[in-house]
Amino acid sequence: MGFILISLIILIGIASYFLGNLRAKNLRTSNQKNLKSLSHYYGYYVALWAVVPALLILLMITSFKSFFIEQYVLSDFIALGSYTETELSLLFTQIENTALGIKLFDENTILIDGAVNKLNYINKTSENLTYVTVLGLSGLLVLYSLFNINNKLNSRKIVEKFLLVLYFTCSLVAIMTTVGIIFSLLYETLRFFSQVPITDFLFGLNWSPQRVFVREAGDLDTRDLANAFGAVPLFAGTFLIALIAMCVSVPVGLLTAIYMSEYASPKVRDWAKPIIEILAGIPTVVYGFFAALTVAPLVRDIGQGAGLTVSSESALAAGFVMGIMIIPFISSLSDDVIKSVPQSLREGSYAMGATKRETIVKVLLPAALPGIVGSFLLAVSRAIGETMIVVMAAGLNAKLTANPLDAATTITTQIVVILIGDQEFDSPKTQSAFALGLTLFVVTLALNFIALQVVKKYTERYD
Amino acid sequence: MTDRIEQRINSLNKRLNSEKRFRIYCIGAMSFALAWVLILFLNIFSSGYSAFYRTVIQVDVPFLNLIEDTTQFSEMSSEDINNLSMYSFSKKAIYGLFPDIEEKKDKKMLIRLFSIEFEQEIREFLKSNKSNINETETIYLTASDDVDQVNKGNYPRDLDEDKRRIKDIQLLFFDDLVDRGLVSYEFNLPFLMRGDSREPELAGVGGSIVGSLFTILVVLILSFPIGIFAAIYLEEFAPKNRVTDFIEININNLAAVPSIVFGLLGLGIILNTFGLPRSTPLVGGIVLSLMTLPTIIIATRASLRAVPPSIREGALAVGATKMQAVMHHVVPVAMPGALTGTIIGLAQALGETAPLLLIGMVAFVVDVPQTPLDASASLPVQVYLWSESAERGYVEKTSATIMMLLGFLILMNLAAVLIRRKFETKW
Repeated sequence: MGFILISLIILIGIASYFLGNLRAKNLRTSNQKNLKSLSHYYGYYVALWAVVPALLILLMITSFKSFFIEQYVLSDFIALGSYTETELSLLFTQIENTALGIKLFDENTILIDGAVNKLNYINKTSENLTYVTVLGLSGLLVLYSLFNINNKLNSRKIVEKFLLVLYFTCSLVAIMTTVGIIFSLLYETLRFFSQVPITDFLFGLNWSPQRVFVREAGDLDTRDLANAFGAVPLFAGTFLIALIAMCVSVPVGLLTAIYMSEYASPKVRDWAKPIIEILAGIPTVVYGFFAALTVAPLVRDIGQGAGLTVSSESALAAGFVMGIMIIPFISSLSDDVIKSVPQSLREGSYAMGATKRETIVKVLLPAALPGIVGSFLLAVSRAIGETMIVVMAAGLNAKLTANPLDAATTITTQIVVILIGDQEFDSPKTQSAFALGLTLFVVTLALNFIALQVVKKYTERYD
Repeated sequence: MTDRIEQRINSLNKRLNSEKRFRIYCIGAMSFALAWVLILFLNIFSSGYSAFYRTVIQVDVPFLNLIEDTTQFSEMSSEDINNLSMYSFSKKAIYGLFPDIEEKKDKKMLIRLFSIEFEQEIREFLKSNKSNINETETIYLTASDDVDQVNKGNYPRDLDEDKRRIKDIQLLFFDDLVDRGLVSYEFNLPFLMRGDSREPELAGVGGSIVGSLFTILVVLILSFPIGIFAAIYLEEFAPKNRVTDFIEININNLAAVPSIVFGLLGLGIILNTFGLPRSTPLVGGIVLSLMTLPTIIIATRASLRAVPPSIREGALAVGATKMQAVMHHVVPVAMPGALTGTIIGLAQALGETAPLLLIGMVAFVVDVPQTPLDASASLPVQVYLWSESAERGYVEKTSATIMMLLGFLILMNLAAVLIRRKFETKW
């Protein structure tokens, strides 16, 4: 329904643009009236009146409709007064399904039959009503604005004002997203911490939320809660995997950057740089598949060949593949930083008889250090927030370990494990995922902030 | 004297050697990175290309056994054909391959050479050719996943029988069929058209391709206008004040937020507060739009900034308003840059998985979605789902899905490069 209605509104909008344009032109020629704006601005003016209020009304109707329909359909049940809110909403879903012809009840009571009829009736009526309201409003406003065109009306100003407001609103989306993130994370997290003390979460050594899942929501044992949500194993796992990733990507990324900026001929640079940057464009799920299916068995075989016990979901495999993924972040950022060190520093060093290596290690790297450290920090924040590789290749069970050959789990993995599929709401298990999300959000933001500050504060200016 | 010279030469040699070593380390590091690109692609392609082919087995189906006169089929509606009971008839048609088999166990094994939907396939054949069905028709039936994998050489035949999913007698049947020339290998069109399935040989990426397209469409519709308008405001109109600064900090921070946090946002706000339907491309698209917006805004702002002030000033000088100068003169020039940024943002969104897992786009969906409001998977989620399955057949399907995903991404990035090359203005 929405699609047809929106297309209709847009058609009305296009038509009214031409109407407004035409009317302005006619006014100009017939009455010798001196209109304040160009004709097509009157067209835009009329079109805005035709489209914007209609769309807003449509938005309002669609967002409130379901609530009123539910109230109306369930009115008989509400009048009985013996149903709780969750039962009512369950009932409504059942009624909806019955209306669709899916039979869920064995016995259909008269009340439900009545409700189904009501639902069918109200759905039909509300659809017709929406059409009439929205299209009627649009038409009325077109007429109103057409007759409003006269020599006092400066439609250009109005249209430009509207555009400016529209642009400003769009730029607010970024703020609204941040607010939305913070709100949704904080809301659930605070509810979580009202049941589980924050110190247990931050310093507890045992993470096993599935234990809480087994019990009925009614009789949660508080001792159970305290022991189930200790996030330290997750922090440790995240740290371990990020550390392995950095051990791979820092030397490779940095040396690649040095080669690119100092040694490579422009030709080699031109084809090697984009190829390495392909690594950054490959979806992470591909890395996850690669890690789980190719690298992990390889690591296990090599380890067993050396007489070690290697878990099939070792932190090493996940961290290694993550390190490969991060190489381009470090190499291209460091490359830019090293290249931006002024030529005079290089030439000065060469003039003193230093070799290329000595110039790079003793002059260029110290000069570029803030930028390079910044790129490392960004890479760490990337590694911590990375989800798919660890979900597919790292372990799912939380275990406190520092052995890279063992299975380790991460914050992101646990968020996915808890929230994938059907969640039960209002359970501390679900809420704990949001608490983990908030931790992740805060840590990555802090890392980015520090990275920016490092770059800002310590970068030397050579002018 | 000679001692000192020798010392100098030694030290110089040392320095030159360490220079050489350093250079080798650098080249080694770069080759390491390049090698992994190669390994990754080779790995995916070598295990994935075979999924674009499938094994079919020719079966003669004696339709005369089903009905007295085959011309009667042409008068039947699709529903009538659906109501025909064809299971034992189809089984008998398959037994016809080896008329000598008597034992029930062996017959069962023979049936298992075929995909579980053999009856359905014969029915579909009947439906689409009902006007001219001969007494006996040759139909190509999909082989089961095990047979398919053996035929492709992906499955070891020399394991002990009890460690194999495919039994000795089935191999005997299969080899005999190959000798009789009844087994053929054809392009796997159903793989591209169908939705997901519990049977690897029947599973297709059609559903997830459509799901991805819908998701990307929603992202495009939402994030392109919003991103460009926001960039225009921030770059051209925004006064230098706290609000603007705050917006800018926000945008830069959002670009660095891990994608899974956007999934939590989608779950907490879009699903639970606004109550939009779970598992749908609409919700997926909204979440991914919020994620791509910073990319688009930052790219568009950069290209707006690259437009020289003379263009704005020229327009203002001949009497254009600020809005006219921006919309008629600056934005068109900056458009290629904005488009490039948008395409790159869309490519990111196309490859994103984690937030979609949280908003339930991991549902097992058999039907190809018709609208953005139908539950569906997307290509990367399909990769995740299949990679969790144990059957051998899903491995090649997963790799093939990755190949298609990478193909789309390469096309999008190529488009971005071409747009930049063709329309970029140098000032």
